[in-house]
Amino acid sequence: MSYQPIRFYQTGTFTVGNRLLPAAQRSVQSGRERTNSLNSGHRACQGCGEALGARYAIDAAMAATNRQLVAANATGCLEVFSTPYPETSWQIPWIHSLFGNAAAVGTGIAAALRVQGKRDVRVVAQGGDGGTTDIGFGCLSGMFERNDDVLYICYDNEAYMNTGVQRSSATPPAARTNTTMPVGKSTGARFGQGKNLPLIAMAHEIPYVATATVAELRDLEAKVRRSMEFRGARYIHVLVPCPLGWGHGSAETIKMARLAMETALFPVFEAEHGEVKNVSKIRRQLPVEDYLRPQTRFAHLFKPPGHAELVAQIQALADRNVRRFGLLHDLEDAP
Amino acid sequence: MLKQVEGSAAVAEAIALCRPQVICAYPISPQTHIVEALGRRVDAGELAPCEFVNVESEFAAMSVAIGASATGARAYTATASQGLLFMAEAVYNAAGLGLPIVMTVANRAIGAPINIWNDHTDALSQRDCGWLQLFAEDNQEALDLHIQAFRLAEELSLPVMVCMDGFILTHAYERVDMPTQAQVDSYLPPYQPRQVLDPADPVSIGAMVGPEAFMEVRYLAHAKQQQALELIPAWADEFRRVFGRPSGGLVHEYRSSDADVIVVALGSVLGTIKDTVDTMRDEGLRIGVLGITCFRPWPSVAVRNALQKAQCVVVLEKSLAVGMGGIVGNNVSASFSGSPDRVRTVIAGLGGRSITRGSLRRVFEQALTDTLEPLTFLDLDRTLVDRVLERERVQRRSGPIAEGILKDLGVVAAKSG
Repeated sequence: MSYQPIRFYQTGTFTVGNRLLPAAQRSVQSGRERTNSLNSGHRACQGCGEALGARYAIDAAMAATNRQLVAANATGCLEVFSTPYPETSWQIPWIHSLFGNAAAVGTGIAAALRVQGKRDVRVVAQGGDGGTTDIGFGCLSGMFERNDDVLYICYDNEAYMNTGVQRSSATPPAARTNTTMPVGKSTGARFGQGKNLPLIAMAHEIPYVATATVAELRDLEAKVRRSMEFRGARYIHVLVPCPLGWGHGSAETIKMARLAMETALFPVFEAEHGEVKNVSKIRRQLPVEDYLRPQTRFAHLFKPPGHAELVAQIQALADRNVRRFGLLHDLEDAP
Repeated sequence: MLKQVEGSAAVAEAIALCRPQVICAYPISPQTHIVEALGRRVDAGELAPCEFVNVESEFAAMSVAIGASATGARAYTATASQGLLFMAEAVYNAAGLGLPIVMTVANRAIGAPINIWNDHTDALSQRDCGWLQLFAEDNQEALDLHIQAFRLAEELSLPVMVCMDGFILTHAYERVDMPTQAQVDSYLPPYQPRQVLDPADPVSIGAMVGPEAFMEVRYLAHAKQQQALELIPAWADEFRRVFGRPSGGLVHEYRSSDADVIVVALGSVLGTIKDTVDTMRDEGLRIGVLGITCFRPWPSVAVRNALQKAQCVVVLEKSLAVGMGGIVGNNVSASFSGSPDRVRTVIAGLGGRSITRGSLRRVFEQALTDTLEPLTFLDLDRTLVDRVLERERVQRRSGPIAEGILKDLGVVAAKSG
């Protein structure tokens, strides 16, 4: 099934329903066959972007693999809120080993399955941004480089939320975390640091790399399904807002994710074998201020006298993404 | 079949006979020859179906083994020294998850200062990690212990570390009796996991456990190690039945039944100790040996029984609990029914320092005449140490320690022996 983007016609709302789509185009979640891989009853916070992203991603992976799926999980929110034993939300074979080794555990699972001749059983490894871009980076890069048959999904909420909101290498510049407090002359997380893991993944020339957000859940599902058409190392980086760490309302998770995309701060694209193949275009680029203002982690930028220069710097980052990924519709593309 | 081979080659062949399914390794001296040999066999298709994963670190090596073992594959890796420390978090994790991984540790010193030669600091640093730890005395035993290790690991659903002295065993050519595939197959049935990641029967492995059950989980780990104390001799007996030679078990006693002084040690140094003891026995001196094959679980009863008639126990170990003394010595003291001050610890062979018969004889004679200090550092160059201490006393910026010692020592190669 090829993914057909839905034009976003409604105004004043940030969700798009399924009702206008033919059945085959509808989301896995809207179908009766959905597997509830990450079942209800877990202990994620209200409005958790990671729980939402993981549910859609893993159910889509289940649909794509005819329910032949094994998952390895890094330590982090997703692991903690899903398995306060004897309760587990996972309806799939699932293993948590350590914080920094989910990719390598995935490699081991894939190797075992290959030896056992179980070609139909596929492997997902997953973790948050800390477990992916920081402590798990070595194992992840190794898994990419060997092109092991594992889909790695990073749920990026841009800081160590499970330990109480500390900076990770995915924390955006100027963000307030508990280790980048805007106190004294500090203005939050520094500029010029951090890693762009989707681009690093592409530099490994692995078969498939994609980014997605929880604002476009059908897009996320389509990318998970697409990733399962490849063998070898695959990487999907999902932006998952965190009401606790970002300081926005728990009903605004999807809105924040959409704003991250529409300001061009988070480019959404697909790449195959190191080359960008597909970019989610923005109809009208919004100013980054629209995204920054509702989040208390950026409140110090707007508290009088404000830090207009920092907002401008962040705007420049967004504009660079526009140029780098060609995020804006060309005139002939316009609807 | 008798073969004259390098210790690493013997172990690699033994592992191959155990039909491993996933082998992962990161190279570190002196483990390399083992995994090189296995890699060649996998690439040649001799072990099919078997995957050899060239990982990017020891942490990944153990993590790949964890994933493979949890998916029902027989998993093997090998490491040493810094590598064992680098994977330490995953080493504990494998034990905590109850995964029957077998790992060779080609024992080597831990830096700094960096040192590639043999001692037991690496393995003993992991003595509380929940793995079984078996120490080989020679290459035949190293080979045999690996076959037993898979049997024990899978029976108990616990990981097993087989320790063999780096270079002294791994790189030494010795005659070994290589078993047949049929023998190994009859001793080691296919792996039947207690827990497995299987889409047909999904389970969650590795959940968070709080104060309500953590003690019980840890106690069970201890209880399983106690079970191992029963199983290890039983599987050593079975090994003797199938392979026709004694190997493994908890401890080896040697000329100790009537001995006044018993020397306790682990690993290859037992050979030199036995030679020394033989000479002394010929002279009518009542001295014997207790080799520890199984260090974890600690065979407390076997050690106590073996030492009960001794007037003095000399623990000769290639490890040091800095700030305390002996690690093995401390374990032996806890199991010695006599007075603890009758246990003498001799720290020897750190970082590959040669342990000669002459030096051993000197401390053994001191033990027989009751003049051996409670803690002795065999062949320690006291002058060198005193020079450093003096330099530090008179000079604030006294410089890096190891480099200072080497400078004082001059050209090393001419003096090593």
